[in-house]
Amino acid sequence: MSDVVKGIKVPVRLAYTAIAGRDMTRFYQAIREGKLLGRRCPSCRKVYVPPRGPCPTCGVATVDEVAVRDTGTVTTFCIVNVPYEGQTMKLPYVYAMVLLDGADLPLPHLVQGLEADQVRMGLRVRASWAPEAERPASMEAIRWFEPSGEPDASYDSYREHL
Amino acid sequence: MFYFSPMSPDSVLSAPYVLEYTYRRSVGPVLGRFLAGLRDGRILGVATRAGRVLVPPQEYDPETGEAVGEMVEVSTRGEVASWAWMSEPRPGQPLERPFAWALVKLDGADTALLHVVDAGSPARMRTGMRVAARFRDERKGTIQDLVCFEPVAEGA
Amino acid sequence: MREVAIVSFAQLPAVRRDHVREDTEMLLPVLHEAVAASGIAKKDLGFTVSGSTDYLCGRPFSFVMALDAVGAFPPISESHVEMDGAWALYEAWVRLQHGDVDSALVYAFGKSSLGDVRAVLTQQLDPYLVAPLGPDSVSLAALQARVLLDRGRTTEREMAEIAARSRRDAMRNPSAQLRFDRGADLLLAEPYLVEPLRRHDCPPISDGACAMVIAAGDLARRVSRRPVFIAGIDHRIEAQGLGLRDLGDSPSTRLAAERAGVARAKVDFAEIHAPFTHQEVLVRDALGLAPGTPINPSGGALASNPVMVAGLTRIGEAAARLQAGDGERAVAHATSGPCLQQNLVCVLEARS
Repeated sequence: MSDVVKGIKVPVRLAYTAIAGRDMTRFYQAIREGKLLGRRCPSCRKVYVPPRGPCPTCGVATVDEVAVRDTGTVTTFCIVNVPYEGQTMKLPYVYAMVLLDGADLPLPHLVQGLEADQVRMGLRVRASWAPEAERPASMEAIRWFEPSGEPDASYDSYREHL
Repeated sequence: MFYFSPMSPDSVLSAPYVLEYTYRRSVGPVLGRFLAGLRDGRILGVATRAGRVLVPPQEYDPETGEAVGEMVEVSTRGEVASWAWMSEPRPGQPLERPFAWALVKLDGADTALLHVVDAGSPARMRTGMRVAARFRDERKGTIQDLVCFEPVAEGA
Repeated sequence: MREVAIVSFAQLPAVRRDHVREDTEMLLPVLHEAVAASGIAKKDLGFTVSGSTDYLCGRPFSFVMALDAVGAFPPISESHVEMDGAWALYEAWVRLQHGDVDSALVYAFGKSSLGDVRAVLTQQLDPYLVAPLGPDSVSLAALQARVLLDRGRTTEREMAEIAARSRRDAMRNPSAQLRFDRGADLLLAEPYLVEPLRRHDCPPISDGACAMVIAAGDLARRVSRRPVFIAGIDHRIEAQGLGLRDLGDSPSTRLAAERAGVARAKVDFAEIHAPFTHQEVLVRDALGLAPGTPINPSGGALASNPVMVAGLTRIGEAAARLQAGDGERAVAHATSGPCLQQNLVCVLEARS
């Protein structure tokens, strides 16, 4: 009588085709051309960048396309010190929420161009675009955000967006 | 209305992606003994209090919810209770050539085991036919230790 | 029991592949249509519940993303089942029995086209001894069909006639996917897909979504001229092991039908969620329907089968037909799991 088997390996592999949907396709096409497109909710007037299909608070389609600038404000951030598989950034680095000028919801991205311990809430930043020929149809069309040199934004200017 | 603006299908972006889960599962005491049996080239069932022999074994009697009793060895031969002919096997299935999925009721068992029969052609398949287990040479304690069942002559 | 009625139903026409819209974009129009048709303001809906499975699109917590289409603000009372939307309806019905809320939004969505649906459904099987062999949904259904054929409970011709009737009836349903008139002789001349099943015995692969609003008695009568009441609803499940079950019978359907009160009065028609032709025979018999009872005037799951949606759609189709005056009393059925493992039966009665 042999020992009882304790466990088995049962790997699962499933292949899919992801589709971006209508609004995100427009966003990705524009970002390759160096443009940031959002959509405005017809009900609450908020501008979502990237667009999300429906406005999640109102549950209606965001209809109007709105171009926003590639400058913005760091609303909050974290400093990544943990190595993980597939990491391409040198530690420590900063992952921040950036409220683009003209948008109502911050988007997550990297912040470079200054020491991690110098990054702060209210820091004004500008997109560092990948060279046009190399720009993918993804958020990586922007390599990271870096300081724009403007004075810090006041807390009141972004407190509703934290 | 709140319908989205139309856009031609071709202009929507798509991308292939694969999800892989590297699960390792604990099998518990009952299946653990069943899988150890397969590793030894034997097929074990479990007896319920009512005296039915469940193959594959369960931890509880599905009819009463009672804990089951002793493990019981059953035959590696039995008969096909139902079958379906897989003329185009899909990736990851037990055989790459056409085969039959089958519910096999082994001699000494009261329930059927799902596996495959390597019969070559659907013309060789019928409900009630006799089959015998073919084990892998190198066995690891998984259901794949059973390569398949194969047809055997009547009365064999 | 508190009286609960279906007051509105909306569905997207099922398609083989929606190239353009992701889940939330597909859901939005049906949610708006169902809520608008209910006569109840979205903000007044007391409960929201959905049915879907993340494996279908391969996105964890896709049901949370789907809430974007609902507009869950101010925070709503919400739930989700990893099952066909028919079980979401069951949860909503139970929720309304508590008495403190009077209405609920129920919806379901499924884009089967994003992955390999036959492989996705393998994930619902026993992960120790069955799923590692990779049996797909069509093969398992074929094993069940063989049992029925061996026992003389059906014939390949009856199965082909069920397929032909379903797609012919679907010609009158603008939301159905497979809509054509092709007779049983023509179908029987085709080769087997997984013997004894031919392609026509199997459901199409479909993308779809549907939504429904239910309301308790007084509210339902206020907002609807002809509310369709849930006279009985019950669901039952069988053992997971395929070899433990008698695949040639559906005791879970029979018990659910008894508990839902199918036999209490005449049934004008039935909507049966039978993705495979032989399963209609099994469910029809287990429901105890009188011979000649019309089955699946919508075309059923053989005409459109968005996974996680097709069961709730049966209930919605039946309710819509009763609301339009095509009958007084109907039975709707939904199934889940391989080979009709789990079954829900819902008796609907129109009361003006």
